Amino acid sequence: MEVPILKQSDYLIATIQAALTDEDLLKLHYALVEQVGKHRSKGVIIDVTSLDIMDSFATRTLRSLVHMVKLRGADTVICGIQPEVAFTMVQLGLTLEGISTALDLEEGLALLFKSNNKKRKI
Amino acid sequence: MEGGSTIVITSASDIIVARELGRKIGKELNFSLTDLTIIATVISELARNIIVFAKQGNIVIETIRQGKKVGIVITAIDKGPGIPDIFLAMQDGYSTGKGLGLGLPGVRRLVDEFEIFSETAKGTKVLAKKWLL
Ligand SMILES: Nc1ncnc2c1ncn2[C@@H]1O[C@H](COP(=O)(O)OP(=O)(O)O)[C@@H](O)[C@H]1O
Ligand SMILES: [Mg+2]
Repeated sequence: MEVPILKQSDYLIATIQAALTDEDLLKLHYALVEQVGKHRSKGVIIDVTSLDIMDSFATRTLRSLVHMVKLRGADTVICGIQPEVAFTMVQLGLTLEGISTALDLEEGLALLFKSNNKKRKI
Repeated sequence: MEGGSTIVITSASDIIVARELGRKIGKELNFSLTDLTIIATVISELARNIIVFAKQGNIVIETIRQGKKVGIVITAIDKGPGIPDIFLAMQDGYSTGKGLGLGLPGVRRLVDEFEIFSETAKGTKVLAKKWLL
């Protein structure tokens, strides 16, 4: 299933579904990079609440997605990693170093809002 | 050993089929949500290796009983190029592809028993066992 991307003022919210295919992930990659430019978005939230597994492939793809979005001038927050998914990731040795994470969508938005305000002041 | 299920792995979508089946079988055995996530992740990593390095192969999911103990065995078998140096392949971060090199060592950490057999030009077999405690 393709990942829906929702625009909310300066931010984009992508909600990932349970059975995410490689193709969906790649499509999300392209769609986000394009939409960040089109809407001049300041931040992106990737909501993985429904994702029941995060293997090394998904982690690597998400990391490069975050990096790509960064090059387009926007920050990304990954929110909603489930406790059992987090536990498994740690044992596998997977890290999201340098990537912002939040407990849920609300906290993720707050985080983006804060970093965006900080940037404006500078 | 009881009857097992074999999933032929030839494309990325087969990975999802295999891990969903592993989850279903694990659930029937009453594995916890964390263990089900581990089982699905193990299948995902091993099936991914089959696609990337061997193009095709099989994932076999079996229920095992030993006395009062119940468990699940996941076996990944392929007739691909094999692994020339298993010791290296089991190191964190070692990848001959574009991967993170965490699949094999990570799977070993996630399960209770882990075995790997490989012969150059003949293929690879990885066995991962998880007991229900
Ligand atoms: N089924 C396989 N057939 C051949 N080589 C394999 C297979 N599985 C793993 N390998 C080898 O072992 C290495 C480590 O595998 P893994 O830990 O899963 O890392 P990654 O998949 O990120 O490269 C691979 O880079 C590859 O060289
Ligand atoms: Mg791998």
